[in-house]
Amino acid sequence: MPDKALPPKEKFDLIDLFTRSNGAVSLLVIALGFVFGSLFILLVGRDPVNMFSALLQVVTGWDSSRGVWNARYIGEWFVASMPLVLCGLSMAFAARTGLFNIGAEGQYIAGLTAAQFVALLFPPIPGLHWLVCVLAGLLAGAAWGGIAGWLKAKYTVSEVVTTIMLNYIALYVSQWLTHAFAPGANTYRTKAYPATSLLANPWIEDLTNGSRLGNGLWFMLLSVLVFWFIIDRTRLGFSLRATGFNKEAARASGIKVQSAITTSMVISGAFAGLAGVIVSMGSFSYGRVLPGMENYGFNGIAVALVGNVTAIGSLLAGLLFGMLNSAQPLMQSREIPKEITWIIFGLVVVFISFRNGFKLLADWRAKQRTKS
Amino acid sequence: MIDFASLLPSILMMVAPILIAALGGMISEKAGVVNIALEGLMGIGAFTAATVHVLLEPVLPGWSLLIGVASGMVAGGLFSLIHAYASISLNADQVVSGTGINLLAVGIAVFLCQIIFHQDRTSAFQIGMTTDALGLYPTVWIALVVLLGVWFFLYKRPAGLRLRSCGENPQAAAAAGIDVRRLRYLAVMTSGLLGGLAGASLVLTETIQYSMSSINGQGFIALAAVSFGRWMPGGVAGAATLFGTSVALAISMVNVQDLRFLPPQFFSVVPYVLTILTLVLFSGKDFAPRAIGQPYEKGLR
Repeated sequence: MPDKALPPKEKFDLIDLFTRSNGAVSLLVIALGFVFGSLFILLVGRDPVNMFSALLQVVTGWDSSRGVWNARYIGEWFVASMPLVLCGLSMAFAARTGLFNIGAEGQYIAGLTAAQFVALLFPPIPGLHWLVCVLAGLLAGAAWGGIAGWLKAKYTVSEVVTTIMLNYIALYVSQWLTHAFAPGANTYRTKAYPATSLLANPWIEDLTNGSRLGNGLWFMLLSVLVFWFIIDRTRLGFSLRATGFNKEAARASGIKVQSAITTSMVISGAFAGLAGVIVSMGSFSYGRVLPGMENYGFNGIAVALVGNVTAIGSLLAGLLFGMLNSAQPLMQSREIPKEITWIIFGLVVVFISFRNGFKLLADWRAKQRTKS
Repeated sequence: MIDFASLLPSILMMVAPILIAALGGMISEKAGVVNIALEGLMGIGAFTAATVHVLLEPVLPGWSLLIGVASGMVAGGLFSLIHAYASISLNADQVVSGTGINLLAVGIAVFLCQIIFHQDRTSAFQIGMTTDALGLYPTVWIALVVLLGVWFFLYKRPAGLRLRSCGENPQAAAAAGIDVRRLRYLAVMTSGLLGGLAGASLVLTETIQYSMSSINGQGFIALAAVSFGRWMPGGVAGAATLFGTSVALAISMVNVQDLRFLPPQFFSVVPYVLTILTLVLFSGKDFAPRAIGQPYEKGLR
């Protein structure tokens, strides 16, 4: 009923728009991120136009400086976007149950590591091998997320702290397992994957002029659908969202809140685990001893927040951030330090955290009006 | 056996930054504001300190270290204002603005390295901090002073009591005439100053330059030390010592014959596993400040 409490609309009102529409806020924070990012580039004496031309090239494949078109850029844009979309879905899914999953990074690493081992150890049966890799990654990610969910449900331990801890545990355990036990491992890589484990797709490869884009694409799109279906169309999704809105009310109306928390983290972790498989089996041809965090999980937080923790929002925001990420080498070659993309990610999240200001502003204005 | 005596200086070198950052995080959480941005604040402090030191070293030998540390603190303090403004003035989710700072800090630091030094790290400085007669870096003594100062302030000064009340029951604190928002701002800024100091301490003792892997999770270890130490100065000091030792052993264990049977990542994992285990173990008891993570809204009860 909040609409009726507001005074009748006289004219188009910005504060109203931003307190009501999540989409408008997302567009605003993205715009602000780019504006401040550009100002920052100007401030250090470089030309922000170079950043935008690099972004244009990534999205359209058109190299304006040389006048050539190359579809590979578009393929690589999607390659960079897939793990971001999936980690965004991971963060967003947990957020719908009122959980803050900072652990997509760890779940991503768990998925990646499991898939690496399956790829190297499972018999190379065409058609089955890569499917088992995907399943292993999904399960490992789900398990890693499930730990945090279970600890929250059973022992009321803050998932914020446990997921941060589990990120680093995942990284070091992955390093150890891969280095010590993976076939043919040295300090940074394993022996090459059998071709049967890869997610390569010759048709897409042809279409995008030899980019690394492959069957991961279908899994990403399917994940967006699955997210939407579970959250918006199933009883499970309803109980998860109810738990997120008001835990006590959900409990009172017969929803098993504790199992909802664990389930939510399991599904959330599966999305991130899938991201790990897609990166490992899609972009690499050998297993890796990870030198450090790959940051898809952390950037996924930005993706989910900009996407207003919805399926389609995460897809769009993931494509946006993927565009920034895949433009990094082009920017670097045009004298824009590639870290500008991280700055824009960070700015966007900071501006999102300021969004509550609109509500405060609206409250204040309503108070002023009732006074006068 | 492990020769702890000979390892002690390097262990304390690792403990100092973790302890300083953790004490900052503790002050912020005692006032009711979670600060998961410690990692980013340490990063920005480390970058600023290293940059200032590298640039001033030839011009102002002797003073550049001090100026570097001071600027690292100021940079951390300024960055923490973002977190303070979002979470205190705008009642935002404290985890979101903290995440934003973590992303922003490493981006800005490496970006500026590329502009100033034309590489993805600062240039190396000639001499960092030097050890004293006991083989200890000054950061160890700084950490000790900060520890005593924080304890004295929080538990022996009226202002410390007021600050803690903001994290336990801000409405009651406000009713008693305490300006909750102002104290929370001060607490978050203190954690920013200390985070910056921690980053500066780390970069000027443990390495020869700032790079994006300089901090490498130590801010999150500091965050863990706050919960592991149960939000008490003594506990946090113990936790930081344990975790710092673990980090030091993770680096030096390759040289210790008796430890070779362990996986090389063993000691890297210890702080994180221990923190989860203790959180589970003490889950029924309320060690955390009661109003932690909650924005203070006037008129709410």
